[in-house]
Amino acid sequence: MARIELQGLTKRYGRLTAVQAIDLAIDDGEFVVFVGPSGCGKSTTLRMIAGLEDISDGTLRIGGEVVNQREPKQRNIAMVFQNYAIYPHMTVAQNIGFGLYTARLSRQEKQKRIEEAARILGLEDLLDRRPAALSGGQRQRVAIGRAMVRNPVAFLFDEPLSNLDAQLRSAMRIEIKRLHQRLGTTVVYVTHDQVEAMTMADRIVVMRDGRILQVGTPVELYENPVDVFTARFIGSPAMNLMPGAVEEGVLAVAGARLPETNAASFGDGGVLVGVRPHDLVVGAESDGGLSISGVVTAVEPLGAETLVHLAAGGVEVVATAPGRLVPAVDSTVTASAARGALYLFDAGSERALGRL
Amino acid sequence: MTSIAASTSELAANRRDIRPGRIVAWTLLMIGGIVMVTPLIYMFSTSLKSAGQVYDLRLIPADPTLDNYIRVLADGRFVRWFLNSTLVATAVTLSNVFFDSLVGYTLAKFEFRGRYLVFLAILSTLMIPTEMLVIPWYLMSSQLGWLDTYWGIMFPGMMTAFGTFLMKQFFETVPDDFLEAARVDGLNEFTIWWKIAMPMVTPAISALAIFTFLGNWTAFFWPLIVTTSRELYTLPVGLSSFAVEQSIQWEMIMTGAALATIPTLIVFLALQRYIVRGVMLAGLKG
Repeated sequence: MARIELQGLTKRYGRLTAVQAIDLAIDDGEFVVFVGPSGCGKSTTLRMIAGLEDISDGTLRIGGEVVNQREPKQRNIAMVFQNYAIYPHMTVAQNIGFGLYTARLSRQEKQKRIEEAARILGLEDLLDRRPAALSGGQRQRVAIGRAMVRNPVAFLFDEPLSNLDAQLRSAMRIEIKRLHQRLGTTVVYVTHDQVEAMTMADRIVVMRDGRILQVGTPVELYENPVDVFTARFIGSPAMNLMPGAVEEGVLAVAGARLPETNAASFGDGGVLVGVRPHDLVVGAESDGGLSISGVVTAVEPLGAETLVHLAAGGVEVVATAPGRLVPAVDSTVTASAARGALYLFDAGSERALGRL
Repeated sequence: MTSIAASTSELAANRRDIRPGRIVAWTLLMIGGIVMVTPLIYMFSTSLKSAGQVYDLRLIPADPTLDNYIRVLADGRFVRWFLNSTLVATAVTLSNVFFDSLVGYTLAKFEFRGRYLVFLAILSTLMIPTEMLVIPWYLMSSQLGWLDTYWGIMFPGMMTAFGTFLMKQFFETVPDDFLEAARVDGLNEFTIWWKIAMPMVTPAISALAIFTFLGNWTAFFWPLIVTTSRELYTLPVGLSSFAVEQSIQWEMIMTGAALATIPTLIVFLALQRYIVRGVMLAGLKG
């Protein structure tokens, strides 16, 4: 196990800077998830940690030692790839054992480790099979097994669940999380799926355009996003954002007015008001918060709740209706959010201004 | 009743399949097949005829005999030429599989300055006909003392632009993740190529090996030029010497050719699937 420190880590491809001087310290045994849209630099950062990409600038420390110039094999890390990268010409046992190819261990010790990894991952009965005869989830477990047998100081996962269907992805999320709890090894995990990030991470690193926007626990990011991008990226469905206008010293949003706000504190660039769909509830009491009336344009019944799309005051917002209440399309409903559930952002800089 | 109904519907289906386009295609294919197979049949037919019957063009010999085969096999030179061809074709094939793959892999999977130029330079040699290259090959062999040696016969084919190109195209289809996973696992680049990349392109290796073996087994022009000792003749060169020295003994030439065809036929029948696949994948005419 090891602490991983990134100081001013930068990656340039010619004139293009893919990762721009990022700083981050990942604690020993921590599960950190890098999340962001395609091209944000998260995979490049992971590959720099793995040693698969040269570091253009900055310092990378693993276990207190600078490893910038070290080959991947000298860093004692293990990596699980998106397409599993398990070798089609080898059996499951050979694939798992391949992680020990260069290890100076006796044959018995290698066999013991393979069997141990297979037992933990539930692959004991599949050791003689070839990858072609395995399901997606089994292949992923083989890839994890190959990483496990080496007892690395850290596991690096590069979008490992992207090729799985939704049900299997959900099951594998839990498996990986349990595995981390059991092994206690540092994990750096890259994904573009915010659900994976929220459900698995001790801390989430949100990246965009090669920069780190925010680092924090899932709850911190959900409750206190630093800007519009993070606010919309974290949480599903995405946060509603509505332009606010100051009318006679009062903030007006989507046809509703919020009388107790100090509109004078807002910048000249205007303000965006955010509310999460789960906080904007159809038929709830406004309780001094935001209350919006709008025409239902679409409904998405999910069983336990219904997502209701409303056209209100010229903007489209998503609210939730509790239980089995499914409002009719084209009907007019009122959705309310309690005080404290609203987020304010500067419309110009898109930085957070606080909660309402 | 059911079986009668089934046969009737099968007949109807077959009748629908016999369309004018198909008849034309079948006819053309049959003509092509006959044109290609006839010389082969005459070769076997002549090998079963005595010297006096050679110019009797009947397909089935009037008095078939295996004497020619006994004479050819009893002649120590033929066996020597056969072994020479086997040695040359095998060595050149192994060399091609090794070097073409290694260079193809490097060009496909490593970024380095001038990579594209190197690839273009290799490809450009494909445009030069063998007849043009024979002169520099001969001069090289002469100056380096390779004339009339096994190495002299083999060296021009030890690595080929075609093989390099073929292997490069195939290695490009191997996902980088496999190689990077091996890198993270601590393998060196040579072991990654040998243990990971090579097993993933076996169809290409098979195709390359088959084409190279067959090409060298039947090679005539360069071995004829570079060898002067009869002991170093390959089979095609040796067989041609029957014509020069012994006033064209067609029955002997055809017998030797028939025997020389046997390994080729065995290779083809055993590896037919790979040859067809290799031709399809490489986009080549055999």
